[in-house]
Amino acid sequence: MGQIEKTRLFQGNEACVAGAIAAGANFYAGYPITPSTEIAELAARKLPETGGKFIQMEDEIGSMAAVIGASIGGAKSFTATSGPGFSLKQENIGYAMMAEIPCVIVNVQRLGPSTGIATAPAQGDIMQARWGTHGDHPVIAFAPSSVRETFDLTVKAFNLSEKLRQPVFILLDEIVGHMRENIHIPHQDELEIINREKPLPDQPYKPYDEEKEVSPLASFGEGFSYNITGLVHDEYGFPTTDSEKTKKLLSRLQRKIDNHLEEIILTEEFGMDDASLVVVSYGCTARSVRQAVKMARKNGLPVGFFRTATIWPFPYEKISAFADKTKTLLVPEMNMGQIFGEVERAVHGQARVVGLNRFDGEMITPDEILQKILEVI
Amino acid sequence: MWCSGCGNGLVTGSLLRAIENLDIDTSKIAIVSGIGCSSRAAGYLNFQTLHTTHGRALAFATGLKMVRPELTIFVIMGDGDAMAIGGNHFIHASRRNIDLNAIIFNNNIYGMTGGQASPLTPQGEKATTAPYGAERNFDIMKVAVATGATFAARATTYHLPLLDKLIEKGVKNKGFSVVEALTYCPVGYGKLNKKGDATAMLNWYKENSIPVEKCTTVDHEGKITVGIHHHQAAPEFVEEYTRRTQGVKR
Ligand SMILES: Cc1ncc(C[n+]2csc(CCOP(=O)(O)OP(=O)(O)O)c2C)c(N)n1
Repeated sequence: MGQIEKTRLFQGNEACVAGAIAAGANFYAGYPITPSTEIAELAARKLPETGGKFIQMEDEIGSMAAVIGASIGGAKSFTATSGPGFSLKQENIGYAMMAEIPCVIVNVQRLGPSTGIATAPAQGDIMQARWGTHGDHPVIAFAPSSVRETFDLTVKAFNLSEKLRQPVFILLDEIVGHMRENIHIPHQDELEIINREKPLPDQPYKPYDEEKEVSPLASFGEGFSYNITGLVHDEYGFPTTDSEKTKKLLSRLQRKIDNHLEEIILTEEFGMDDASLVVVSYGCTARSVRQAVKMARKNGLPVGFFRTATIWPFPYEKISAFADKTKTLLVPEMNMGQIFGEVERAVHGQARVVGLNRFDGEMITPDEILQKILEVI
Repeated sequence: MWCSGCGNGLVTGSLLRAIENLDIDTSKIAIVSGIGCSSRAAGYLNFQTLHTTHGRALAFATGLKMVRPELTIFVIMGDGDAMAIGGNHFIHASRRNIDLNAIIFNNNIYGMTGGQASPLTPQGEKATTAPYGAERNFDIMKVAVATGATFAARATTYHLPLLDKLIEKGVKNKGFSVVEALTYCPVGYGKLNKKGDATAMLNWYKENSIPVEKCTTVDHEGKITVGIHHHQAAPEFVEEYTRRTQGVKR
């Protein structure tokens, strides 16, 4: 089998399903919504080919619940939606975080708020991903910029989710989700696939061991009697309101992500050495930025490119590391400035941060970015 | 967790006796519950127990059942849990005829939050959020039958041997089984509606219930009908899905 056979035109949403299946996904529950619907349609068709299962639930709340239920049964499960559905899933997403149930949630972002424009791209759910569910909690969210990256980050999302017993988000957008690119899908044995750790049989089992960062997860049906709840719980999963145990649990949930920042945070950069202006971008917008920065550099301007594929946890340290060598950071995004604030936090006054925002359903063009570069450099 | 005099322990007892009588390997039993006083039963039971979010127990259980069809799954819900916030999941689980055993602890009130009205609070009765009388109420049996459940039965906490049997029969039904267990909440519902203490409420069930089989011959206006209201086999959802997708090849 040559590589040529494996190279073909893929849509972003399609690459997401291919990545999920390559990662071992065998359960999908969802509710149709533009621009994510192709993911549900493909999952419905493809999952049974490898013994997996699909269900169209009655709404997104139920979809998120079924995804968690299936994961508790031992499946690698996922769902896809867009803004309105992402809002509906939030309570149960918090449940998955608290109960530490692995699963992957794809949000193909469209313009909001509310029904907004169903077919228009946006990057407006950055903060919903961060704080959509109530209470303090860590979040992992990726924002791919290309079709191939959608495949790779979907595999990574499943892997991290299994390893850390944590729901993981993929923040696609209408552009990357619907775009087609000719890509090479790696062979299955080129991929690293991580499966959740299982408890040893006939040994006492603590599903939420305080001594461990992440405990093994027994699937229902394997005969380990234990309790799972969204209430604050002890090491055996039984509810408690003890303040000491509460603090321990919530701290551990945060710590298990903080201890893996290097593995989770993926960034890309070029032209940084001489840069007095760095354009910070993510998702579809990074595509225009790449072109604009190349054009600027061709014209002799000291402009750098910094893209983050990981939205949460945000790469504060990486940005802070170059901020003092830079005069200006430009942050183009398809919202009113959601990552902008995070960049400011990272920069902490060491440089000027300028936004370039569109929230009209149109992509930010390379020309617009170049104009802004010329204006603020 | 439960107040003194609460009927929830009686329903939980019935569930345990039914499990004992059915002689199922306990590693093949899962208990899924929502949020409410009744749903706390899950935490008292030594099985694989899943205490979910308010109203969503059936949807969690749907995902679990699809990937673990070998499990016998009991889904414990309060009346508000099952019929208000979870009403949509209830009607669709019922429509699908998925092999889940819904046990609805109906105390006619929101117990956990302190006596607010539920869709099962009888019309005109009082609740803290219905000080001038509750809205029109549901009849769980009618909702279950109308939406496609293949087994629907009701008993009160006065009729525990019957309740045991109904839960058992529900498990034997391959499909969506609904058992409505009329429990009582002397604190949240009884006090507001001057129903007396736990004993008085149990006696009320005794005096106001009638076997559903007798309904054709006896006037049952205003009575609680107990027994099997509906039992009719139909293809089960997960089996059907598995059958339809079995031959699918890459
Ligand atoms: C999304 C959400 N809304 C509201 C609540 C608050 N709440 C907890 S239990 C409950 C109702 C309980 O009544 P019921 O379901 O009838 O069960 P019972 O306590 O009577 O057994 C409510 C409204 C919640 N936990 N979650």
